[in-house]
Amino acid sequence: MSKTLVIAQHADGKLNAGVAKAVACAQKIGGDIEVLVLAKDGSSVAAEAAKLAGATKVLQLDNAANDHNLAAIVAPQIADVAKSRGATHVFGPGSTFGKDLMPRVAALLGVPQVSDVMAVHAPNKFDRPTYAGNAITTVETSASPVVATVRLASFQAVAASGSAAVEKVSSGATLPTHTTFVGLAAQKSERPDLQSAGRVVSGGRALASSDNFKIIYALADKLGAAVGASRAAVDSGYVPNDMQVGQTGKIIAPELYFAIGISGAIQHLAGIKDARTIVAINKDPEAPIFEIADFGLVGDLFQIVPELTSKL
Amino acid sequence: MKALVAVKRVVDFNVRVQVKSDGSGVVTEGVKHSMNPFDEIAMEEAMRQKEKGKITEIVAVTIGGAKCEETLRTALAFGADRAIHVKEEGEVQPLTAARALAAVFKKENPGVFLLGKQAIDDDNNQTPQMLAALLDLPQATFASKVEIGDGKAKVTREVDAGLETLEVTLPAIVSTDLRLNEPRYLKLPDIMKAKKKPIDATSLGDLGVQAAPPVKVVKTTAPAGRSKGQMLKTVDDLVAALKTKGLV
Ligand SMILES: Cc1cc2nc3c(=O)[nH]c(=O)nc-3n(C[C@H](O)[C@H](O)[C@H](O)COP(=O)(O)OP(=O)(O)OC[C@H]3O[C@@H](n4cnc5c(N)ncnc54)[C@H](O)[C@@H]3O)c2cc1C
Ligand SMILES: Nc1ncnc2c1ncn2[C@@H]1O[C@H](COP(=O)(O)O)[C@@H](O)[C@H]1O
Repeated sequence: MSKTLVIAQHADGKLNAGVAKAVACAQKIGGDIEVLVLAKDGSSVAAEAAKLAGATKVLQLDNAANDHNLAAIVAPQIADVAKSRGATHVFGPGSTFGKDLMPRVAALLGVPQVSDVMAVHAPNKFDRPTYAGNAITTVETSASPVVATVRLASFQAVAASGSAAVEKVSSGATLPTHTTFVGLAAQKSERPDLQSAGRVVSGGRALASSDNFKIIYALADKLGAAVGASRAAVDSGYVPNDMQVGQTGKIIAPELYFAIGISGAIQHLAGIKDARTIVAINKDPEAPIFEIADFGLVGDLFQIVPELTSKL
Repeated sequence: MKALVAVKRVVDFNVRVQVKSDGSGVVTEGVKHSMNPFDEIAMEEAMRQKEKGKITEIVAVTIGGAKCEETLRTALAFGADRAIHVKEEGEVQPLTAARALAAVFKKENPGVFLLGKQAIDDDNNQTPQMLAALLDLPQATFASKVEIGDGKAKVTREVDAGLETLEVTLPAIVSTDLRLNEPRYLKLPDIMKAKKKPIDATSLGDLGVQAAPPVKVVKTTAPAGRSKGQMLKTVDDLVAALKTKGLV
């Protein structure tokens, strides 16, 4: 029987929303699902993970060295637990956390990794995007365990209706001392989280300054939306890096997406392909974004956006 | 201190790839190829660290077929001192690439090994992390700032929550993100000079590397397309359309 170990991403004693999606992917494998929480003190995270529908057990591995969940430090423990639990699959969320960590786990286990699983055909057969989502490959692996990251935009979070038992585990793996956490500069925002928001308003290079982005924020606040951006807007310093949507930024799947002053390069589109409804506002009627938008409006964003905000 | 830089030849980022109708892959014949953009950033970073006096020699390395020599020439034009070509005509997946790069690392003993965070063809984002695991070395992935100190480096990383800073001992594996730097334009004299720089050829066999069991690609399909929607004339039309769809 299959047993999937799902690695719990967490911060400040809270489970990351991506974990419930990774569990949803693990459910498609069938068999047991064990959620592994590595932390300094993982009690509150483990309690939250225990509620994930479909989880059969939560493994809590406390160690002072796990404080910041650094890949180099947690990977040997995960490899160790994967072996001792007889895991057939080891899944991590397709966030920067999972992307950093899981290949390290795979290499320690001597197996390849399947990145960004978007569909499960069989326990060893998956779909994943390549070329910025312009080609979907169906891949089959003969390795065991199957190490993978889960493309979060492809799965609906499982409900918080479960009640799995929490079991404390330990690992005898030798932990490296070559990597130390110095700090995290996080943007504190009252707005919804970009990766799980139902509505997202993104601005591009056309905004031309960080000050002008206030019209994007105003529209977002009217809609209760998260704010995103194109690479060009991030590179130009209008907004911080964690707002980049696209192939090499965040891949999102909101119900409603606004692309404002964004041309629609393939790298940007890769991040929004799963949005339910896309609205594009651009002064260039030929902008590629209109080829995929459900609703398009040609014109000057500096006129359209404030008007739209006031009329909603 | 020596820097190794891994560079991969990929379909140029501007190409809209076509999936072959028989599902066997994407069309790569007759399509423009370039150095993976993240690897250009890695090369640029190596150059800037060299210009700051932190690095004395830059060695570019690739694993791939004969055509990948172009990519090594590009790296040499950026300013790499020499290059290593691990010749392999077949497909090279991340675990195999990481094994080969680990073998090269052991021969060259660099202080830092720079790679791109992700090759934009297969979008795997695995090789640097696997390489770090195989060598039991620190990994600082998705770097947006690299400060090399004495036996250590401080690296700022682009993560979902913002910017994380790690301190790692050297040697370390660093993978680059978009904001690390803006790669220079290559000048003709540098491209000419690159032609005379040495490229050492080797192979997986020479390096004693066994290819990892591959993840088999069963088929490749085009994604479900989105079709062009409705062009509206006024903000009022947009508000009405959103209301009709129950979106606002
Ligand atoms: C390796 C690599 C990875 C990348 N990853 C990403 C990624 O993850 N995400 C991403 O977004 N990009 C990514 N890119 C960059 C991508 O190729 C584009 O360069 C980028 O998306 C362009 O951003 P933009 O649409 O804001 O800017 P532009 O392409 O410059 O478009 C600006 C648009 O604004 C319109 N405009 C100008 N003024 C106004 C106005 N007053 N009112 C209305 N419209 C106006 C213009 O008509 C134009 O269409 C990547 C590139 C590479 C090489
Ligand atoms: N065949 C290869 N030759 C040289 N470098 C590679 C190769 N494959 C991967 N890399 C390096 O690893 C990075 C990440 O690649 P990937 O894990 O395939 O997304 C790339 O940006 C390169 O720096």
